[in-house]
Amino acid sequence: MAFRIVHYINQFYAGIGGEEKADYEPEIREAVVGPGMALKAAFKGEAEIVATVICGDSHFASNMDDDTAKILGMIREYKPDAFIAGPAFNAGRYGTACGAMCAAVAKEFGIPVISGMYPENPGVEMFRKYAWIIETPDSAAGMRKAVPAMAKLALKLLKGETLGKPSEEGYIERGIRKNMFYGKLAAQRCVDMFVSKLKGETFETEYPMPVFDRVDPQPAVKDMKHAVIALVTSGGICPKGNPDHIEASSASKFGEYDITGVNDLTSETHCTAHGGYDATYADQDADRVLPVDVLRDLEREGVIGKLHNKFYTTVGNGTSVANAKRFGAEIVNRLVNDGVTAVILTST
Amino acid sequence: MVKEIERKLPVVHMCTIVPISQTVGANRIVPTIAIPHPFGDPSKTPEEEKALRRSLVERGLKALQTEITEQTVFTE
Amino acid sequence: MKLELHRLKVNSLKFGEKTGFADGVLTVNKAEILALISEDPLLGKNLDVDIAMPGESVRVMPVKDVIEPRWKLSGKGQVFPGMISDVETVGEGQTLVLSGCAVLTAGKLVRFQEGIIDMSGPGADYTPYSKTCNVVLVLEPSDPNMDKHDYEKACRIAGLKTAAYLAKSCADVKADTVETFELPTMREAMTQFPELPKVGYIYMLQTQGLLHDTYLYGVDVKKILPTIISPLEVMDGAIVSGNCVSACDKNSTYSHLNNPVIADMLKRHGKDFNFVATIVTNENVTLADKKRSSSYAAKLAGMLGLDGVVITEEGFGNPDADLIMNCRKCEQLGIKTALLTDEYAGQDGASQSLADSCPEGTACVTAGNANEVITLPPMSKVIGYPEEANVIAGGWQGSLADDGSITVELQAITGATSELGYTKLGAYTL
Repeated sequence: MAFRIVHYINQFYAGIGGEEKADYEPEIREAVVGPGMALKAAFKGEAEIVATVICGDSHFASNMDDDTAKILGMIREYKPDAFIAGPAFNAGRYGTACGAMCAAVAKEFGIPVISGMYPENPGVEMFRKYAWIIETPDSAAGMRKAVPAMAKLALKLLKGETLGKPSEEGYIERGIRKNMFYGKLAAQRCVDMFVSKLKGETFETEYPMPVFDRVDPQPAVKDMKHAVIALVTSGGICPKGNPDHIEASSASKFGEYDITGVNDLTSETHCTAHGGYDATYADQDADRVLPVDVLRDLEREGVIGKLHNKFYTTVGNGTSVANAKRFGAEIVNRLVNDGVTAVILTST
Repeated sequence: MVKEIERKLPVVHMCTIVPISQTVGANRIVPTIAIPHPFGDPSKTPEEEKALRRSLVERGLKALQTEITEQTVFTE
Repeated sequence: MKLELHRLKVNSLKFGEKTGFADGVLTVNKAEILALISEDPLLGKNLDVDIAMPGESVRVMPVKDVIEPRWKLSGKGQVFPGMISDVETVGEGQTLVLSGCAVLTAGKLVRFQEGIIDMSGPGADYTPYSKTCNVVLVLEPSDPNMDKHDYEKACRIAGLKTAAYLAKSCADVKADTVETFELPTMREAMTQFPELPKVGYIYMLQTQGLLHDTYLYGVDVKKILPTIISPLEVMDGAIVSGNCVSACDKNSTYSHLNNPVIADMLKRHGKDFNFVATIVTNENVTLADKKRSSSYAAKLAGMLGLDGVVITEEGFGNPDADLIMNCRKCEQLGIKTALLTDEYAGQDGASQSLADSCPEGTACVTAGNANEVITLPPMSKVIGYPEEANVIAGGWQGSLADDGSITVELQAITGATSELGYTKLGAYTL
């Protein structure tokens, strides 16, 4: 049986009209429309387009959330095995719509999502992590090249075949690291690369070094005597017994713990959940990682206004940047709501 | 984590491996003692250890009260 | 310096009256091993020895270390110097190797950083130790509240003693194959192959405290300044793992003995480069130590006039900072580097893989993303304690399902992302 595909296109490729029809409301047709014809041909019967969604680019851009929800509802009854959007070439609003729908469909139905765009289309930067985007030329003149490549990638994904590198398959790099078994030991690959580098030959690193982004510093605390200071740690300090089962490594969560009336962390009350360092010292005295005792003293002496009555903890060990980001964002929202002035973040 | 906090509140990152904090992009950084005991030193007496911890925390508070325009490591 | 490795190829294991080797079969006297390891008052009464063979429906966990049985037939010193034998230097003479065999130290958890070895099924593809015939020690402390450092040491010594005992018991058998390594003095090495670049290997050892320590001739490596070692000393067990970091990227004693970077560099020595020096260095817990060790390791490479170095990391997180410092400081001296590490890119692979980075790290090989999740189907037999899947690094509360299957990150599989490069796993960007 052929795989079921739902195809997404804009008002222009549906033959409805250009810019003057860009506020065309989303609709779904049980038909193959516009570039769907070429897709259908490229599938050679292995997959069929069971429905085509058409939406005006401006309409989608101005009603992104509503249109996304509406279109997801339209798609559902067609039980697609994959979703294809575009190709959008270098059309910015169209590319953004294709990317947004791909991301939404992947999240909702967990099926492969494929689009096609010119690398500078803003939809690429916004959605390449969530969709397979075939690299296309910048205009519809590239349709004959783009469509067969999209169809081929879709079939490979539908059949569960292993995908090669972006350069081999023609898609735009998603920035997702995927494991594979190579033909050689990592040690031999490393010595091979080493020899190439020594000889001045070209070589391809297996991992380009990451570049981290920056955030502007917040203004300084003006009035420390009335400031509420909160403690946050990635050192895994938690009440003894680790009641929330925070993982020793690759933490999936953070803990929020009340320290109202606690003047000192002891081996009786607190320990660490962290699996990345010798925990002996933190288990003996958790103040060595989370200095509650000193901050209580400073609070009593009036150096700071108040030590916030909750502390937040997670385990930095092997925890992905994405999770750490999520924890940070959630924690700071709670701190802002609780009227905290500034934060001391301790790491091991 | 530190950057997400910095988007809304001033934060001082108190950690031992300063280069990682610098690479990751913390703005106010205070170096601490060692990975397993950033605010302690088991070779000292409990009183000495607490004094040491207090001086580090005070340095952290000072960092929070200092206006900065770029990444700054507070070593005193 | 000349070392002969006399290899007996172990194809099968069985328990029997007398420990010895014949026709590819290693016979193991269980009572003798139990007597040997129970000498240690730190170990409890409930000790066991078991066998785990390739292809069997067997899971061993939590595994602390893996050791290849070796015993010196001739030459100075004895295997694992400074640990279970005198501190005489090693690396010369003849050493018997039970190839294809390993001792696994398993049993009651010391702390989170211990691993899983499946002898068959999907998990077996990820660990090199599913292909070895394994003698498994199931250990426990004599006192459940024992200091963890003491228990760790007891496990470590039990494993080393057993490995040495097994090889020693086969010392009367003539080897199937003999591999000879002969390395010149530094003076000769410096003038050999003048047309080839002079290169070295910076061998980073995890040294962060409990379950993160490594020993060199019995010295806790966190206390050394970087120093030079002969690859032949490594083959005789001069470097011993104190069970480090997560199971996937701890360099087991087995992988030190068989260091594949050293093996490949020796193979290409005289053809692609002149391999003159191996520099061991540490990964300590204070910034001053990290700075000192990386500066000193780079300085040694500079003093030796090296044109390039391969650098291998052990562990992840803050040791990434050591790796980057070693890389940058060497490159700044004009010494070209290639790096071998592994990745923590998140379960979805979408996060940055390393905690630190530098633009000089242009040549980087990785042994894969340790956060990738795998489901290990139930096995007919589990040697050890399966419930520890919920607490070991790479697992979470609920990792062990009712049917005995285990869902964990590759992190929890012993040797899965070996940063000595002892597996074929790697990663690429989708």
